[in-house]
Amino acid sequence: MQLTLWTYEGPPHVGAMRVATAMRGVHYVLHAPQGDTYADLLFTMIERRGERPPVTYTTFQARDLGGDTAQLFKDAARDAHARFQPQALLVGASCTAELIQDDPGGLAAALNLPVPVIPLELPAYQRKENWGAAETFYQLVRSLVVKPATPRVKGPAPRCNLLGPTALGFRHRDDVREITQLLTRLGIEINVVAPMGATPADLARLTDADFNVVLYPEIAQTAATWLSRTLGQPATKTVPIGVKATREFIAEVSALAGIAPDISAAAADSHSTWYAQSVDANYLTGKRVFVFGDASHAIAAARVAAEEFGFQVVGLGSYSREFGRELRAAAAGYGVEALITDDYLDVEAAITAAAPELVLGTQMERHIAKRLGLPCAVISAPVHVQDFPARYAPQMGFEGANVLFDTWVHPLMMGLEEHLLGMFRGDFEFHEDAAPSHLGRSATPAALPPSAPIAIPAETVAQPASWAPDAEQELRKIPFFVRAKARRNTEAYAMSRALPLITLETLYDAKAHFSK
Amino acid sequence: MSPVIPIHTDSGCSDAPVLRERGQREVFCGLTGIIWLHRKMQDAFFLVVGSRTCAHLVQSAAGVMIFAEPRFATAILDERDLAGLADAQDELDRVVQRLLERRPDIRLLFLVGSCPSEVIKLDLSRAAARLNQRFNPQVRVLNYSGSGIETTFTQGEDACLAALAPELPAAPAPAEPELLIVGTLADVVEDQFSRLLTAMGVKRFAFFPSRRSTALPAVGPNTRLLLAQPFLGDTARALEARGAQRIPAPFPLGAEGSAAWLQAAGAALGLAPDVVSRAIAPARQRAEQALAPHRAALAGRRVFFFPDSQLELPLARFLARELGMELVEVGTPYLHRQHLAEELAWLPAGTALSEGQDVEKQLDRCRAARPDLVVCGLGLANPLEAEGMTTKWSIELVFTPIQGFEQAADLAGLFTRPLHRRQLLAA
Repeated sequence: MQLTLWTYEGPPHVGAMRVATAMRGVHYVLHAPQGDTYADLLFTMIERRGERPPVTYTTFQARDLGGDTAQLFKDAARDAHARFQPQALLVGASCTAELIQDDPGGLAAALNLPVPVIPLELPAYQRKENWGAAETFYQLVRSLVVKPATPRVKGPAPRCNLLGPTALGFRHRDDVREITQLLTRLGIEINVVAPMGATPADLARLTDADFNVVLYPEIAQTAATWLSRTLGQPATKTVPIGVKATREFIAEVSALAGIAPDISAAAADSHSTWYAQSVDANYLTGKRVFVFGDASHAIAAARVAAEEFGFQVVGLGSYSREFGRELRAAAAGYGVEALITDDYLDVEAAITAAAPELVLGTQMERHIAKRLGLPCAVISAPVHVQDFPARYAPQMGFEGANVLFDTWVHPLMMGLEEHLLGMFRGDFEFHEDAAPSHLGRSATPAALPPSAPIAIPAETVAQPASWAPDAEQELRKIPFFVRAKARRNTEAYAMSRALPLITLETLYDAKAHFSK
Repeated sequence: MSPVIPIHTDSGCSDAPVLRERGQREVFCGLTGIIWLHRKMQDAFFLVVGSRTCAHLVQSAAGVMIFAEPRFATAILDERDLAGLADAQDELDRVVQRLLERRPDIRLLFLVGSCPSEVIKLDLSRAAARLNQRFNPQVRVLNYSGSGIETTFTQGEDACLAALAPELPAAPAPAEPELLIVGTLADVVEDQFSRLLTAMGVKRFAFFPSRRSTALPAVGPNTRLLLAQPFLGDTARALEARGAQRIPAPFPLGAEGSAAWLQAAGAALGLAPDVVSRAIAPARQRAEQALAPHRAALAGRRVFFFPDSQLELPLARFLARELGMELVEVGTPYLHRQHLAEELAWLPAGTALSEGQDVEKQLDRCRAARPDLVVCGLGLANPLEAEGMTTKWSIELVFTPIQGFEQAADLAGLFTRPLHRRQLLAA
């Protein structure tokens, strides 16, 4: 039993949902109790999807447990197939259903549905979200890829698959676009992108490529290893985050494709290297940075920080236990001990001990940094809604490196700005209510001109009403972010009626008056 | 029975048929109740005994609150706990010990059961009794189930309060009637009701749950029970078992609902109706005045409720009677006929009611009806918006202060805003 307040990863069936939701023509029937549908809103809210994830839940309740939950599952699977007509059906159990030991695979097979049914064994009490996504993708690939009888005839242009992007992936949408552009410029064709946007029929076509590009090892490595073993398709090992890694990635894919790379053409829009060299970036030298995230993003970010932006890496860690070896090797390169944990209190302690000037991490590190008053940028899932942006914001490739430079330097610039504010506090431009920081202070109500929502007779302007203690106390119960407005409105209301004292009644009269 | 609302059997929905459905239910489990319960009970801690899914759910529902060192956590079961039950009890003791060392300010600890802990039959009541013995009198340890197999969303509060009800001190029998208001209300709402009750001349009243576990209200044969929330079936039963008598009333949503609720309380305590009317008149007028612009915006619009919190019937009644909306379908996870008798009587005759859910079929009905506004959960809201429907996500109705006179217009505003926004963006 582990005491947990925050978890970096969800349970493995959420990983399976990420794969199913990323794809087209797949439906996932999940044996799960009522309430597990909460996971839908990760996709509809955080990623802002305009459609429900393709998941049917059995949502069994206590009264079903005495009866036949197996029948419930069979009905749900049959109905889901009839309604959604998928090309392939994933079936599995969530943590609770794992305990009641119905066999979703066997039950679904007994239905004799006219589509492939892929059972998922996701041990919920040992494994987590990323493992669940990797296993689901692997099972899909294994079930749907058919090894061709004769060796594939190479086309005129080299071809590859892009493997790993899923739903709810940190910047997966734009990474795919960036890497697709990059490979296309190099003269390499993209055969299939999977799981994102792929159908089961597309997975069957994976064989029609010379090699695989593994964008996210946490999700695609298992499947890529199997493809390499079964079909002899080699796979890339470099994750193209940062300019240097992108150049290495280009060299790697060019070797696999048998072409001579034209890096200068591919790097036409690269600015981050020059930006980091420009004199303005001088003050970044040796900034102490702490890095935490999933293994791939953390390792890549540490490298960019140290080799491309001139920071000093004072901490490197990850919650991806599956990649502990890679992480330890990378950390050793910076002379630090790798931190492999999924307990955010450990991370907080390590950050406090390392005393960094910049934290690169997940949503959780953002909050740790806020508490410690440190600048911070997000480099990895789990992330909140603001890190599924509307604008183009890849992490990979040359544009990705541009994004990294802006994103990481921005909080530091803000940090410098705050420092200046501290120095010049009291100057008329830098009064203490001007708090333009990202560091969690409220906006600048004092800097705004006071709005006068209603006409106020001139003679009463000089005499603002005073607050009765109970009204003042009531005002404090209003959430801080609307309190200033409530105060302004109430005072304006009191003035307009020439009331000398704001009482509780006045407060609520004003509220009713302004309520529209 | 109610002194204020005559129930006519020929109007309203008292005897209306209810569509009962079973299938996929797109609802939260009772664990979600922890999010608002822990804000209310300031010295309580909620320890969920469950899986990573439970922790992930609570985290997703709590949003940014999770970062503020909140007073809830999950003890995640792993393989070793599943292997043998004795071991799990020892593990739980260890976790609780560690937790209480970290949080010495905690006076009340709830062990909250989940689907996994229920299915492996981990006996949390035994664990609570044992831990109670060990940590008494410093910390009181109770248990209840917030599992999805037993509870839907707000029923988690019901289960929690029902577990706390036996702990209330006994009120001395020979005393004048005392009012006990049951159900979590925002502090600001509670304070407003306190002032109104005082103005009515009610001297002895209390709220349950109380803000601190060291000041629990008393209960006894002279306790008059006034439910502030419609989802408290078990809690009411537990308090009735201790002699309390429930006051039948509609729920305090809207100007009319709040007035009827306070009138019912006044009548049960022997106050004359005009005394109550006078005391609440300014607030009621204010509420009615503030509602007028919303009525203009909402009248004649058609609204569809997916089941979520059991607040649907009172909300639908408010929208229909005070704002002139038409009710297409009102879904609720559970329909407690007795507690909702006054609400049912007030609903327009012929309102389509549904209990439980088969989400795909309900979505089909919703699409066919093309309502102007759909009240639904976050899993459905964006997909329905993408289909061109206007939605109001329902969980906000549980987290926002909506009860009482001063909040009536805020409540109406929650329904006006999405319609107004769609109009703005379409222009």
